[in-house]
Amino acid sequence: MEKFTTHTGVAAPLRHSNVDTDQIIPAEYLKRITRTGYEDALFSAWRQDPEFVLNDPAYATASILVAGPDFGTGSSREHAVWALNDYGFRVVVSSRFADIFRGNAGKGGLVTAEVDQEVVEQLWAILDAQPGLEITVDLQDKQIRAGELTADFTIDEYVRWRLLEGLDDIGITLQHSDEIAAFEQERPGFLPTTA
Amino acid sequence: MGRTLAEKVWDAHVVRRAEGEPDLLYIDLHLIHEVTSPQAFDGLRATGRTVRRPDLTLATEDHNVPTLDIDKPIADPISRAQVDALRANCAEFGVPIRPLGDADQGIVHVVGPQLGLTQPGMTVVCGDSHTSTHGAFGALAFGIGTSEVEHVLATQTLPLKPFKTMAINIEGELPDDVTAKDLILAIIAEIGTGGGQGYVLEYRGPAIAGLSMEQRMTICNMSIEAGARAGMIAPDETTFEYLRGRERAPEDFDSAVDYWRTLTTDPDAVFDKEVTIDATSLSPFVTWGTNPGQGLPLSASVPAPEDFDDPSERAAAQKALAYMGLEAGTPLKDIAVDTVFLGSCTNGRIEDLRAAAEILRGRAVADTVTMLVVPGSVKVRLQAQEEGLDKVFEAAGAQWRNAGCSMCLAMNPDKLRPQERSASTSNRNFEGRQGPGGRTHLVSPQVAAATAVVGRLAAPSDLVEV
Repeated sequence: MEKFTTHTGVAAPLRHSNVDTDQIIPAEYLKRITRTGYEDALFSAWRQDPEFVLNDPAYATASILVAGPDFGTGSSREHAVWALNDYGFRVVVSSRFADIFRGNAGKGGLVTAEVDQEVVEQLWAILDAQPGLEITVDLQDKQIRAGELTADFTIDEYVRWRLLEGLDDIGITLQHSDEIAAFEQERPGFLPTTA
Repeated sequence: MGRTLAEKVWDAHVVRRAEGEPDLLYIDLHLIHEVTSPQAFDGLRATGRTVRRPDLTLATEDHNVPTLDIDKPIADPISRAQVDALRANCAEFGVPIRPLGDADQGIVHVVGPQLGLTQPGMTVVCGDSHTSTHGAFGALAFGIGTSEVEHVLATQTLPLKPFKTMAINIEGELPDDVTAKDLILAIIAEIGTGGGQGYVLEYRGPAIAGLSMEQRMTICNMSIEAGARAGMIAPDETTFEYLRGRERAPEDFDSAVDYWRTLTTDPDAVFDKEVTIDATSLSPFVTWGTNPGQGLPLSASVPAPEDFDDPSERAAAQKALAYMGLEAGTPLKDIAVDTVFLGSCTNGRIEDLRAAAEILRGRAVADTVTMLVVPGSVKVRLQAQEEGLDKVFEAAGAQWRNAGCSMCLAMNPDKLRPQERSASTSNRNFEGRQGPGGRTHLVSPQVAAATAVVGRLAAPSDLVEV
């Protein structure tokens, strides 16, 4: 995984709460068996509306999404993270993220920067005043800098460390194979198998 | 200090605990399906890794499969390729699979319990958010993403931060006409779609203890719709009796039961949060909007955006009413539907089919309504046929289909057309969930059946006697 330390890019305001993963990527696109190439699928229903924020040329190169509360609710589809990545997003800012989405984002190198809704509102106001403004998300300092505004964000410390180091989870776990094997020796005999 | 049920199950699965790291948790059962696994198997191939415990892994085909003409190749080439990829991956990595046509094929969350694979105290994961269903057995069961699927395939473990715990205390008994589905919809409306974020819910109280296993699965299934990754119910005699004699139930059943009896929240345990719901005040419940928290008693009217104080809820209501094509103030019972969908991992089990059939017996589906009945598994379908339920559905004018996820998420040919409106026993009323532009009202099987007869959202009590 690529290391993430700090990112500066165009931020797009997405003024919706409860952006569920069916909106991020409808189920129809989940039939593909690849891990990349989902840029066309991102928000595909909403993008049919000419007024949708990502259709505004000011946000053509957006790489930071500033969304309402409860972003990523619903389905566990990691395709939602892949679609955001493939479209060019590196960061989503919101006041609340759904648990599975947040976990998936951490695996996929997408930063979920959690801030108070008040900060989201301030960012929306700044972006409305200056469409296409570039803002900075600094994972090292856990800070968002947008014009005059500087705001701290929160992210799970372990996930932050992995993103900063660009580490693969499975590789870390496989270093503990002996402990896994020891645990398996102690499992109760009545537990079922699928074989 | 005492521990909650969730904490007991968690503690029993910690492989490794170290300062500054998430716990490494052992996974007892990993269920997989065609949609969220292909990229995980690709990852294993790319890194030369293997599946550590194929004997704790089970695959089935559910999301993509057609519910008609299942003896023919899948018509949609992309769906077929995905199902073929699952079969090839299972063959290559030695993972047992119950494919289309197998007597144990069906929705992954129906298949696990019916085989007896889901047992109290286990950790169960699947690349599917409705894995919370299995918590009905007192298992710690939650949905994971594809990277985590790959992680479990390779290591049979997951690195996880402990969840917080929330008690959902249901006080009093449920009225006769109130089902498990009504209860969970009312809970989600109460705590909100984000209310459970970061928590494992434990449903407690006499109304929960009085539910059958299938009703408990309906409740735990929709925990994710309240934002919680998992929901649990302490195992009891109802749980043990459900498991006794199932194909994968423990041979030494009594030893297992001795352990399972310890899986209750200690009296002195402290939850991080507690919510209390009065069961006696509930009535049949439906959703009017585009998230599962936007629900009301069926006897209510469509709310107005100004009814909501919170600005983001008000904006969400406005957007939902526009999408749903609804006017504030319209009685919910005046809303006409085109389609009724009975099925899904929420309500596609035999008791759900029996409850709906009981209402449809001797009645007819309205001319304006198409009703699909999609059993959750082949076993459910066969059981229903043995009881003659298929005949009841067909006599009423409903379509009797084969098993799968079907119109719950419309990955197969079963879809709403734009602006079509459904009463659906599934779990999500998101925009476009049942087909682009489709409008979904979430309901219980009983309300689904009554709605099919009336042609508008209706409770069984609205029907005239036959």
